[in-house]
Amino acid sequence: MRNDLRPVCRQLRQDILEMICAAGSGHPGGSLSCVEILAVLYYEVLHIDPARPDDPERDRFLLSKGHAAPALYSVLARRGYFDPKLLPTLRQLGSPLQGHPHQDRLPGLDCSSGSLGQGLSIANGLALAAKRQGKTYRSYCLLGDGEVQEGQIWEAAMTAAHFKLDNVCAIVDDNGVQLDGPTAQIMNVEPLGDKFAAFGWQVLPVDGHNVEDLAQAFQEAAETKGKPTVLLAQCVKGKGVSFMENQWAWHGKAPSREELAAALAQLV
Amino acid sequence: MKLLDYIPQRDGYGQGLLELCAQRQDVVVLDADVAASTRTNWVRDQYPKEFYNVGISEQDLVGTAAGMALGGLIPYVSTYGVFLSGRAFDQMRTTVCYNNLKVRFGGAHAGISVGPDGATHQALEDLALARVLPHMTVLAPCDSEETRKAVVAAVDIDGPVYFRFGREAVPVITDAQTPFQLGKARLVRPGTDCAVFACGAMVYEAMEAAQALAQEGVSLQVVDLHTIKPIDQAAIRAAAETCGAIVTAEEHQLHAGLFSAVAEVVVQQCPVPMESVSVPDCFGQSGPPEALMDHYGLNAKGILAAVGRVLARKG
Repeated sequence: MRNDLRPVCRQLRQDILEMICAAGSGHPGGSLSCVEILAVLYYEVLHIDPARPDDPERDRFLLSKGHAAPALYSVLARRGYFDPKLLPTLRQLGSPLQGHPHQDRLPGLDCSSGSLGQGLSIANGLALAAKRQGKTYRSYCLLGDGEVQEGQIWEAAMTAAHFKLDNVCAIVDDNGVQLDGPTAQIMNVEPLGDKFAAFGWQVLPVDGHNVEDLAQAFQEAAETKGKPTVLLAQCVKGKGVSFMENQWAWHGKAPSREELAAALAQLV
Repeated sequence: MKLLDYIPQRDGYGQGLLELCAQRQDVVVLDADVAASTRTNWVRDQYPKEFYNVGISEQDLVGTAAGMALGGLIPYVSTYGVFLSGRAFDQMRTTVCYNNLKVRFGGAHAGISVGPDGATHQALEDLALARVLPHMTVLAPCDSEETRKAVVAAVDIDGPVYFRFGREAVPVITDAQTPFQLGKARLVRPGTDCAVFACGAMVYEAMEAAQALAQEGVSLQVVDLHTIKPIDQAAIRAAAETCGAIVTAEEHQLHAGLFSAVAEVVVQQCPVPMESVSVPDCFGQSGPPEALMDHYGLNAKGILAAVGRVLARKG
């Protein structure tokens, strides 16, 4: 690890909570759960240069679970893609920070997203293009564990294995909770690792809040040839804020000013 | 008079793709297990490195193509138009059009003339679904040669493109010298009493109708409206001013296709009576293509009837 990511993760959580509070709407639960994943990717793993967001050789990142946009905006801003002063404009009329990411409006976004289930196909397409053009960039895609209920995910899972896309790495933010309740109750997706393995993927279970584990798993994925890799990242929805953790009520609800203050006081 | 050749429009699609693959490094062709039907098997056999079959998965087909476009390629994705525009509509909308990606959609087996396969396979809503999307260019060429030209001409459009083309052999009414300009309607036959705006195989039917009416002293203008979007507003205004009555003819539902596209211009810029030759808000059925076209009035006879109605209203 090149960087101490603890202060980064703390900053991202603070940004997420402040942005969503200011906007009066948004998705704190699934944004807080993927903070370590995004921090490791953007500070340790991705071959990127914020000064050249359109570099054709850069690694690509697809936020398939587009409702975690606040987490992505925060890491992009803190990494230097744009001025963090823009963060409080989230969801405002005319803001480049749309409720769900819109590529045209913000440097550093590799694709728009928001309609669930589509990112993995796009990641595959980028990976196929890279292989065809002899480029060495890798294609990363963050999925939600509720999102994998979408059928297109499994179409794409077949495609990635069929074309032996070892330059694709999916990450499932497996926080066990979706909008309406626990994933296991709404529509059970387990055994998720067995499913991906049966589709021909390398499956790496990992603690989604342990940055060293995550970095090591991304390294292993990059070294694996002939098949795509998925990181099954065990995460806690609402991670870091006790009254939000594992609560589906906080999937898509903004904290009040008082709740924000209480949440910020808990961040470590 | 030379007898017309009958060639399926999809042959023009395949031919256009072969030309592009010969000329360009950035064109790739994707199919969803209907390569033998869409003629992308010609690419598969001659340019195997340019061809990707993703199996029967239209949503993944479109998403994969979107990723390839983000990676700097120009993918032509092909399957039956009914599945491409219907099954993968959200992928077309939110991934391709929202990102304004250079994905080209080849909607095969368009219209009711698909025939015996029946309503499930007859794309009668694809023009509506495609043209309502921001950034999308929508093309409905009239024969195999114009389809070939459209496929080649569309390669450099800076955004997504939807083509539709039919399955059956239909008369080839254009040749290599016939002008084709994206966004510009092609005047097939000048006329002064009524104008017919047609797309696809209905252009030939309109020519037949015009010939029949000429013998009765009625002058029918025939326009090949191969570009449904962006629509040639000037051509519509000119036809309305010259003729004072317009008929549209399409192998598509009445609602939201060619008729609606022309009517949107007419009601805002040049109100004149209009009539439609189309499928009257119902699903198709199995049958021989020609019998189906006749059943739904999608032929010269149907156009003649519509011209009669509009001329009566014109007064």
